[in-house]
Amino acid sequence: MASSTPHAPEAGTRTVTFRIWRGDVSGGQFVVYPVEVTSGMVVLDCVHKIQAEQAQDLACRWNCKAGKCGSCSAEINGKPALMCMTRMDTLPPDEIVTVEPMQAFPIIRDLVTDVSWNYEVKKKIKPFKPRKPDNADGTWTVYQEDVERVQEFRKCIECFLCQDVCHVLRDHHKHDEFIGPRFLVFTAAMEMNPLDTEDRLADLKNRDGIGYCNITKCCTKVCPEHITITDNAIIPLKERVVDEFYDPLTRLFRMFKPK
Amino acid sequence: MARPNISLPQVRGFLETKRQDGWWIQPLLVLSGFTAFIVYSTWAAFQGAHYFTGGPTQPGVQQLLSPFYSPVVWDAAGLESGHAWLGPQPIWWPAWMIFSPALLILPFPGLFRFTCYYYRGAYYKAFWGDPVSCAVGEPKFRGENYRGEEKFPLIFQNVHRYALYIAIAFIAILGWDAWCSYWNVAADGSKHFGMTVGSLVLTMNVVLLGGYTFGCHCWRHLVGGKHDCMSCSKVRQRAYSKASWLNARHMLFAWLSLFWVGFSDVYVRLCSSGVWTDWRILG
Repeated sequence: MASSTPHAPEAGTRTVTFRIWRGDVSGGQFVVYPVEVTSGMVVLDCVHKIQAEQAQDLACRWNCKAGKCGSCSAEINGKPALMCMTRMDTLPPDEIVTVEPMQAFPIIRDLVTDVSWNYEVKKKIKPFKPRKPDNADGTWTVYQEDVERVQEFRKCIECFLCQDVCHVLRDHHKHDEFIGPRFLVFTAAMEMNPLDTEDRLADLKNRDGIGYCNITKCCTKVCPEHITITDNAIIPLKERVVDEFYDPLTRLFRMFKPK
Repeated sequence: MARPNISLPQVRGFLETKRQDGWWIQPLLVLSGFTAFIVYSTWAAFQGAHYFTGGPTQPGVQQLLSPFYSPVVWDAAGLESGHAWLGPQPIWWPAWMIFSPALLILPFPGLFRFTCYYYRGAYYKAFWGDPVSCAVGEPKFRGENYRGEEKFPLIFQNVHRYALYIAIAFIAILGWDAWCSYWNVAADGSKHFGMTVGSLVLTMNVVLLGGYTFGCHCWRHLVGGKHDCMSCSKVRQRAYSKASWLNARHMLFAWLSLFWVGFSDVYVRLCSSGVWTDWRILG
């Protein structure tokens, strides 16, 4: 883990000091690496450069380097972000760049965390259950205005940055009571789909802990796909839960509404 | 819940973070803004005076009514605003109980703002540090005792839609007040059209409050968001679209309307007490 001596900077480059968390489940520490940064580099480029030149054993998960696979999630200067989408010229110049793993999930090694909890959560959510086909050939007729809302949610790349920044998971460790913003978006995508016939509102209230969300909008702020998670997914779901469980007038109207 | 347990040893201390940006600026501004408004509105509500201009006792003066005091159920003792629904302060009002027309009114818009989704997120951060800002440590005592809006007492935030119903009625009432501000009553009882700066202040007030109220998340849900099928009703589709436009600017309207409703009271108060002149534009 020791840092090697950096090369002399080339023209058009600058040397930036990186502090990267190195360690595993038994503990760890920040290790300092000087990196020569050139124009256009992103944080992931710098991490790769450190791997290539100074620390071949530095563990880091990545894949597409285009902000679409959601693999390189980390915390850069304390903010959850994709390393491949964080340009070096957007970070404060002449300051140390701190890179550490996501805080809401157990560490595996260095910048890699165990996000498998998310996959287990997803398995528990009732799947999409479409109504009977509209047409004789087994297809459905769907209008654009009916699916616009859910199309936003389909942009999710499952980077889990929203889960990481959510204080309910990050600070209060409510993993066994709260599914987190990612899976509230996932549920909203099915609940608001006009073809879906499943009812997940009781699960949202009783099992998935939607009431734990206190609307900090941190999930929206860190989403690399710019999904308006809180306003377009979580709050509408909260309102549907209110319809079902907390609003006596709505329930009364439903009793007398013609079927 | 039958999900794998997770062991996370790290617990951050209060305000602990590696963020290098000015994460504390926004909660500090929110804290300052809300505190200033709460202090001023509480002071203004307890005054029970200088809440109107014009009316039967001031012929020829434009009729302005402070939004903090609207609707006036009973006028304060010795005053006749011309807006009171039930006349002067009732004689049966207990002497030991402070009376001000605003004290009967402010709890309702107060409840609407208190339970508003935008304000909830803002004051949970600024006042309760829950969290102070994103990825910033919280007070340690909360830890795994966090209850959110899942349990008592914050589960009562779910009354927001009922507060919305009242807020919509207030928009109608304040709209009427704005209309009245374009008229003055002469000594012979005849009404005359006129427009003053105060008329524009009260009109802007109802416009901004309308922008805030009809951008409410509950309103957006009720007018269309609750339905999966948007194409089933063009009216629903358009209502949802308009509400969504306002909803995307909900924070902006929340702050503008909060500032302007306070300024409207200041304007009426200073005109009523003779400090400012309500400049006439027309009529």
